Amino acid sequence: MTSKLFDYAPAPESRAIVDIRASYGLFIGGEFVDPIDGEPFKTINPASEEVLAEVSDAGQADVDRAVAAARTAFTQTWSRMPGRERAKYLFRIARIIQERARELAILESLDNGKPIKESRDVDLPLVAAHFFYYAGWADKLKYSGYGETPIGVAAQVIPWNFPLLMLSWKIAPALACGNTVVLKPAETTPLTALAFAEICQQAELPPGVVNIVTGAGNTGRMLVEHHYVDKIAFTGSTEVGKAIARSVAGTKKRLTLELGGKAANIVFDDAPIDQAIEGIVSGIFFNQGHVCCAGSRLLVQESVADDVLERLRRRMSTLRLGDPLDKNTDIGAINSAAQLQKIRELSQIGEDEGAQRWSAECALPDRGYWFPPTVFTGVTQAHRIAREEIFGPVLSVLTFRTPDEAIEKANNTPYGLSAGVWTDKGSRILSMANRLRAGVVWANTFNKFDPTSPFGGYKESGFGREGGRHGLEGYLR
Amino acid sequence: MSETGSDVGESTRLSVRKTYKLFIGGAFPRSESGRSYVVNDASGNFLANAALASRKDVRDAVVAARAAVKKWSGATAYNRGQVLYRVAEMLEGRREQFIAEVAASEGVSASVAESSTDAAIDRWVWYAGWSDKIAQVVGSSNPVAGPFFDFSLPEPTGVVAIIAPQNSSLLGLVSVISPVIATGNTVVVIASEQRPLPAVTLTEVLATSDLPGGVVNVLTGKVSELAPWLASHLDVNGIDLSCAPPEQAVDLERAAAENLKRVLKPDHASEPDWNADPGLARLTAFLETKTVWHPIGV
Repeated sequence: MTSKLFDYAPAPESRAIVDIRASYGLFIGGEFVDPIDGEPFKTINPASEEVLAEVSDAGQADVDRAVAAARTAFTQTWSRMPGRERAKYLFRIARIIQERARELAILESLDNGKPIKESRDVDLPLVAAHFFYYAGWADKLKYSGYGETPIGVAAQVIPWNFPLLMLSWKIAPALACGNTVVLKPAETTPLTALAFAEICQQAELPPGVVNIVTGAGNTGRMLVEHHYVDKIAFTGSTEVGKAIARSVAGTKKRLTLELGGKAANIVFDDAPIDQAIEGIVSGIFFNQGHVCCAGSRLLVQESVADDVLERLRRRMSTLRLGDPLDKNTDIGAINSAAQLQKIRELSQIGEDEGAQRWSAECALPDRGYWFPPTVFTGVTQAHRIAREEIFGPVLSVLTFRTPDEAIEKANNTPYGLSAGVWTDKGSRILSMANRLRAGVVWANTFNKFDPTSPFGGYKESGFGREGGRHGLEGYLR
Repeated sequence: MSETGSDVGESTRLSVRKTYKLFIGGAFPRSESGRSYVVNDASGNFLANAALASRKDVRDAVVAARAAVKKWSGATAYNRGQVLYRVAEMLEGRREQFIAEVAASEGVSASVAESSTDAAIDRWVWYAGWSDKIAQVVGSSNPVAGPFFDFSLPEPTGVVAIIAPQNSSLLGLVSVISPVIATGNTVVVIASEQRPLPAVTLTEVLATSDLPGGVVNVLTGKVSELAPWLASHLDVNGIDLSCAPPEQAVDLERAAAENLKRVLKPDHASEPDWNADPGLARLTAFLETKTVWHPIGV
């Protein structure tokens, strides 16, 4: 499979449309302000290690200011505004995102390393749609079934894998319900959140309704532990999620958590195999596997395992890894050196524990953080690569013989975010869906997202739902 | 509307008047009958000649509405919401024109016309938001006592005929059209007989809002002449009689029974208060419920 019929000429997206400032302050009370304390840090392009901008590291005094601004906006403006008017602000934001979609997609790919194909065709359309969807709820809360009263100031901390999309999942429902927010983007991907701050200004959103504080984990901790915060929404690791859950003990703070996953993608022998291969590939290699709901454990029925694996390897060898801004790129850069280190370590452990490692032949660029699409076979449930979230383009393959065995293995994890089922038999899909302990079950598809569709986990993948009517629950009382 | 008078001095400019026509299948035909009727303002001054639609125009409009059903009902709810929101955007851009037309048609003060025009714009926004939410409020999964996955979904009825409110020429009209198309139906509406001009101007908004041709068809003319043909038309699936003239409503409802049209009945002695919370009634009036059963098992 190494001989290539065609080579792809480079098709890079121009970054001229993106205007990145040399440095950014914090967005508090409707304007960018210099931080009171804290040294600035640099955010880089993980595909080239080039410095993109300097960003503020918010300290306690800054977090205090941001929460105070959100509190003032909540009591004086936003919670008192008719839902009909809140809706129109959110519709404005949705429209501006649509108008600036190209620019935001490029900025996202620069700061995150994800292929432009994905930021352009997946992230940005979903971001705009999410605001559009929740805009429509703002004046319809009495039909939600969850009450109509906002909670107050929401502290929201989001990860680096879908920076702007996670922002939209957090901010859109919070604002629709009449809450105000202080959001902390991930340390390695702050730029689209800061661009979003400008969008709030363009939409003439009242000051303080949205506040963006940048920083590392410590800033996030100060934010969620802040005394004047009423609601916490966190997406990230299970470890940090548990720490937050401990910190809210004894307070009245409301909490929703969207944490890690180790999804089983279950392929039965009657599945449409070619479609299943595409689903397996998008399930684990979409966004370099930096997806909490990634189908990182492939459970394939023994009778078709050889066939599935052969086709999977063939398909993997056609994946193109490289410049995230190239429109032909399938696999972009790993988001950070630290994440690359973690993926390498766990992959080494996979080999050391006896699983067989295979990667498609692909040249890695000299600069930046890269990891080739990798599959491990001969994996058992005891292996760490079958138990721990790798959060990279690494697939572990296990086999099963019966549906019962598939369920047993699929549910044998502390996580419960998502699962996939591939079979031609509808009744089996529904029976598997009933028995899988996971918040989202994809049948004959994988990694599908929509603003109308609730998303969230069972067990240690967190609690609460984002998206859909259910996504309002966390922001109403 | 004629803002400059008929006596034209050398330095004044004669305004170019608009021809008020029908809106069928996305086009602006005159009535095939070649007829028109005089529309006056509330004080009895001449405003314009509006097309006096005929039975044939009704039938053409139904054909256009039927042809649009597949594409419009098949569009994603998200897409329909975007289009309805676009209507609000276009309406906002013509806000001043509508305020003037509403004031002239209804004989109300500028401030009343302004607030009802604003409410009409906001109503499009309200229903734009409903298109992808109504199924989440009125749909269900049904816990049947057996190994079945069972769920119920709303689906549009099809072609819906509407007799528009006679008094509220814009807000009332928008309030009866937008819920019906938000859910994927297509519409043939008879505009207010005495106050049809805002409806005709609305068609110019609809024509420039990415709304596929035929989704909304607007006829101007006599309700007493046109409504019976709509009520008895066998390719019309539902009819909104909530604003039908009382003396005709019963006959129309009886005619609608011929093919069991879904009927939204009048429930007010006079026109509803269009400024009130619209609720869900106009959304659900023209929805079918489809229930799907599927076995669960290995």
